[in-house]
Formats: sequence, structure tokens, C-alpha cells
Amino acid sequence: MEELGIRPAAATPPDRERVPPIRAVPVRHYGRWVFLGVLVAAVVLLARAFSGADIDYAITLRHLTTANVLGGLVNTVVISVLAQAVGIALGVVFAVMGMSRHAEVRAVSAAYVWLFRGTPVLVQLLLWYNLSLVVSTVTIPGLGSWPTNQLITPFVAALLGLGINEGAYMTEIVRAGIQSVDRGQTEAAHALGMSPLLTMRRVVLPQAMRVIVPPTGNEFVSMLKLSSLAYAIQYGELLQSAVKIYSNNLAIVELLLTVSIWYLVLTSVATVFQGLLERRYSRGVTGVTGSSPSLRARLLGLRTKGTP
Amino acid sequence: MTVMPAVSALDVRKRYGQVQVLNGIDLEVAPGEVCCVIGPSGSGKSTFLRCVNHLEKIDAGRLQVNGQLVGYRERNGMLHELREREIAARRREIGMVFQRFNLFPHMTALENVMEAPRRVKGEAKDVVRERSTRLLDRVGLGARGDAYPAQLSGGQQQRVAIARALAMEPRLMLFDEPTSALDPELVGEVLDVMRDLAASGMTMVVVTHEIAFAREAGDTLVFLDHGVIVESGRPREVLARPRHDRTRAFLSKVL
Ligand SMILES: Nc1ncnc2c1ncn2[C@@H]1O[C@H](COP(=O)(O)OP(=O)(O)OP(=O)(O)O)[C@@H](O)[C@H]1O
Ligand SMILES: [Mg+2]
Repeated sequence: MEELGIRPAAATPPDRERVPPIRAVPVRHYGRWVFLGVLVAAVVLLARAFSGADIDYAITLRHLTTANVLGGLVNTVVISVLAQAVGIALGVVFAVMGMSRHAEVRAVSAAYVWLFRGTPVLVQLLLWYNLSLVVSTVTIPGLGSWPTNQLITPFVAALLGLGINEGAYMTEIVRAGIQSVDRGQTEAAHALGMSPLLTMRRVVLPQAMRVIVPPTGNEFVSMLKLSSLAYAIQYGELLQSAVKIYSNNLAIVELLLTVSIWYLVLTSVATVFQGLLERRYSRGVTGVTGSSPSLRARLLGLRTKGTP
Repeated sequence: MTVMPAVSALDVRKRYGQVQVLNGIDLEVAPGEVCCVIGPSGSGKSTFLRCVNHLEKIDAGRLQVNGQLVGYRERNGMLHELREREIAARRREIGMVFQRFNLFPHMTALENVMEAPRRVKGEAKDVVRERSTRLLDRVGLGARGDAYPAQLSGGQQQRVAIARALAMEPRLMLFDEPTSALDPELVGEVLDVMRDLAASGMTMVVVTHEIAFAREAGDTLVFLDHGVIVESGRPREVLARPRHDRTRAFLSKVL
């Protein structure tokens, strides 16, 4: 302190003019330069490989809007939205069960999460698809009975596989959300005569949304990509449409690029949508309008520093 | 014929694990009475209030509100536990105001007040809106109905919380240290609302450290310590001539 000439304010400033200006050598971040160099080299090599390779980008672009690819695109969106919806519904149910007063109910929730988070989705999809090997007919008393392999279409298997798996992740997310809500809120609602269910629906969940929505948006972005696994059980989604086309015309990379473009469009749209939802659910907490990260920050996955 | 008491507690006991929090509470509150409860921290004041509207379950004794057992139904000399739905139904007759307000932060002041009558009683929107606006007026916040809790001061939030409890048209109001979380200059506005309410004939049980309020607005003053009622009586008498050493010791600290 003394050397830098800083003294308590009370003392008279001792000859300020004689304190030399700071002329320090900045810290050199050699690591960063090395990293940047490697990165640039890699990009150049990759670009040369792509430009040198025999890739006909016209094919890539042309197939963006062919009926086959668009059909796959629609199916990808449909299965992703539905599976995410199933996941959210299951997540809410099992999260609430996970906080039950009864140990048996909590155990059911824990077992569900353990089972479906602990096994690969692809394996789960294949199991659902081959359910007829386990149960040959499904009987609903009073309604009738059907052979399993007629009920379990690729669509149904994909919905069950992706949705139920997603539910396990959503359970954890919803649980964290519910636990973030102050106990006093539940008490106030109960004191007003609101039933546990009404309290959950009107008071706890809307507030939990602030914590639930951001990771759910991420989950949905993942789901859009994860849905490509349904390719393995003959569901006609985006990737399958590409594979079908390139097994005829052999333009493998061209078509993989086509679907990559579409996946990027889908995930970008989903990210923007997530931001709007986030804003909606921060109502009343940060004032009326609320704030959320900028569009660019969201698309690039950057989080504003300092916001919890 | 005697009037049915609004609250009647007989040897009410409650423990958390090893800690005996309520050690046999005997208390009667008549309709229209304002009963103020004082006592040291940890003496069980909040616990008792929470038992009255069944946010906590009592271990022993009998606790009745408006002649009905709290949490149980008596049939053929047997006690039957009530279902969640029935417990919720009974709580509608009891309003509660908390130390930390506990307004719903995602709803405006008016929506906070309207929520329970709309969703619990299923009353028509116009009717509820009209009554809620009137209630906000009554607590001096008629102009702030569109504000979210975060945009209101502590005193304003607590007044909204009182309006919210009143919107269910309760027969009994419980206050758990309603002014303890407030800056000193905001205490008065909340006490004024409570004084008005007391004057209007509402039955109230008020846990408070505001001795002046208890003296002026209270009909009875109850001193609670270690989970028992040490003494009770007219506020002026208890405050002026406490009969027990523990009361005297406590009062010497807060007066
Ligand atoms: N949920 C709980 N679990 C365990 N112990 C509890 C619980 N709630 C309260 N207690 C204990 O019960 C005792 C009485 O608590 P209570 O909140 O009723 O006191 P109080 O008179 O309201 O005090 P204060 O003036 O500080 O609000 C305290 O010793 C407290 O630690
Ligand atoms: Mg207390």
C-alpha cells in the first residue's frame, strides 16, 4: 500500500504528482494463442477436405424441400412435440409423487427415474418396438383385445420410448422447480382453503415454471435431435427420409447436410420460443415485463453472467 | 344458553420429535372477541395458531373452531380423520395472516384477493371482483390492484394479505406477528387496518409483540410460555398487574 502511495482519505494527499503512472506488462495468455492456432488449422483443414471432396451442394439444397424430406421434417416435429408433452406430463406426475408423504409412493417415483435414466434410449425404443415378443396381445376389459404388433406401430413405439424416457428427466426438473417455491406459498394457499391439487396447479407450479422452463427448453432442443434415433425403429422422421434418398442416389453427405440444415433450423426456432416462454413466466418476479437473455446469447447458448 | 365459542382449546398438546412445543393449552375465544397472544420466542405461539387451522396436527386434547373439531369428525364416540378436501373446506371459515405476507408473487394484488373465492368457492367473477375491489379499498389500496407484490412495500403487501384473507368471508381471523417483518414506519398502517377489523366485530386471535395494540384493541391478553398459558385476562390488568413472575419478567423486557 505504502509503495503505491495510497493512504487513508483523512491524511492530506502526499504529493500526488510524484506517483508514477502504472506501466505494467500485461499477462500474456500464450495458451489462448496456441488454442486459437490449432482451431484455425482444424477449420482450414476441414474446409479444404469439404471443398476438395466430391460434394454436390446443389443436391443438398434441392432436397431441402422435396416431399420426402418435408414429410420427415413434419414427422420429426410431431414426434418431438408429442414425446416432450408426454415427458412433461409424466414429469409432473412423478415429481409430485416423489414428494409424497407416503414412502411407497416416493419409491415408485424413484424407481421410474432410476430405470429410465439408467438405460439407453435407443435400447428402450427397440424394446418398445419389439414389445410383441413380451406381450402378444393387449386386452382392455370391456373394450376388446388387440395383437400387440398391430398396436405398436413405429410411431407408437417412438412416442412411448422417447416420451417415457423424457419423463424421467422431466421428473428431476419439475422436482427442482417445485422445491424452489417457498413453503409459505403452500401454507398461504392451504390457509385459504385451497386443496392440495388446486394449490399445486394455481400457486406452486406457476412459480416453479421459472425454474422449470429453461431446462425444459434445453430438453426439447435435445429431443428434436434425439428423435432421429427413431430411425432405428422405422419411424419416418427426418433422418430416415435422408437415408431413404441417399440409398438410391448415393449422395450420402449431401443429404446428411440437408437434414443437418433442417435440424439447425428446428433447434433455432425452439430456442427462440423458449426465450418467449421464459419471459412469460418471470412475470411479477422481476417487475412486470421480466428480462431474459438476448436472442443471440440464447442461440449461442451463452448465459448472462450474474443471473442465477 | 351460553354462546358457542369461536375457538375452544382443551389440553391441546403438540410435539416435534423430542420437543414438546404445546404442553396443554386451554383457551376459549368468544365470537367477536379479539384475543392477543404474547410470549417469548419459541414458546409455541405460531404452532398454536397453525394448529387452529390445521396446518399442524395436534397430538392430544380437543381443539374446536365454531363448534367443529379441527381435523376430525366425531361419530359414535369415535374420532375419524378428515380427508384433505374436508380439511380444506373447514379452513375456508378461518383467515390467516402471516409474518412474511406470503402473497402469490405471480398474481397482481387484485388477483391475489380474487383467487380463493373464485377457485375455492367458485363464485362468479363479477361478484368476486366487486367484493375484492371493495376490500382493497377498505385496506387503503384501491388504487394498487394491478400492482404485483414485488412492486408493493411490506406494509402494503401485508394489507393486501389481510384483504385476501377477508375475501373468503371468514368467521375467524388468525394473525401471526403480522407486523414483525415490517420497517417501524410501516407498522402503523397495518395495525390501523387490524383495529378497524376488530371494531367491525371480527373474531381475531393475534400473536403480536405490539403491546400497545394489545392494550387498546384486545379484549383478552394471553401470555404463553413453554407451551402453556401462564396467565390471561383483560389486557390492561395483565399488563399493569401481572400475577406471575414469568409474565412480569417477559413484560419487563418488552415494555
Ligand atoms: N416444523 C418444526 N419442526 C421442529 N420443530 C419445530 C417446528 N416448528 C416449530 N418448532 C419448534 O417449536 C418451538 C415453538 O415454535 P413456534 O414457532 O411455535 O414459536 P413462537 O412462539 O411462534 O416463536 P417466535 O416468537 O420466534 O415466532 C420452537 O422451539 C421451534 O424450534
Ligand atoms: Mg412465531
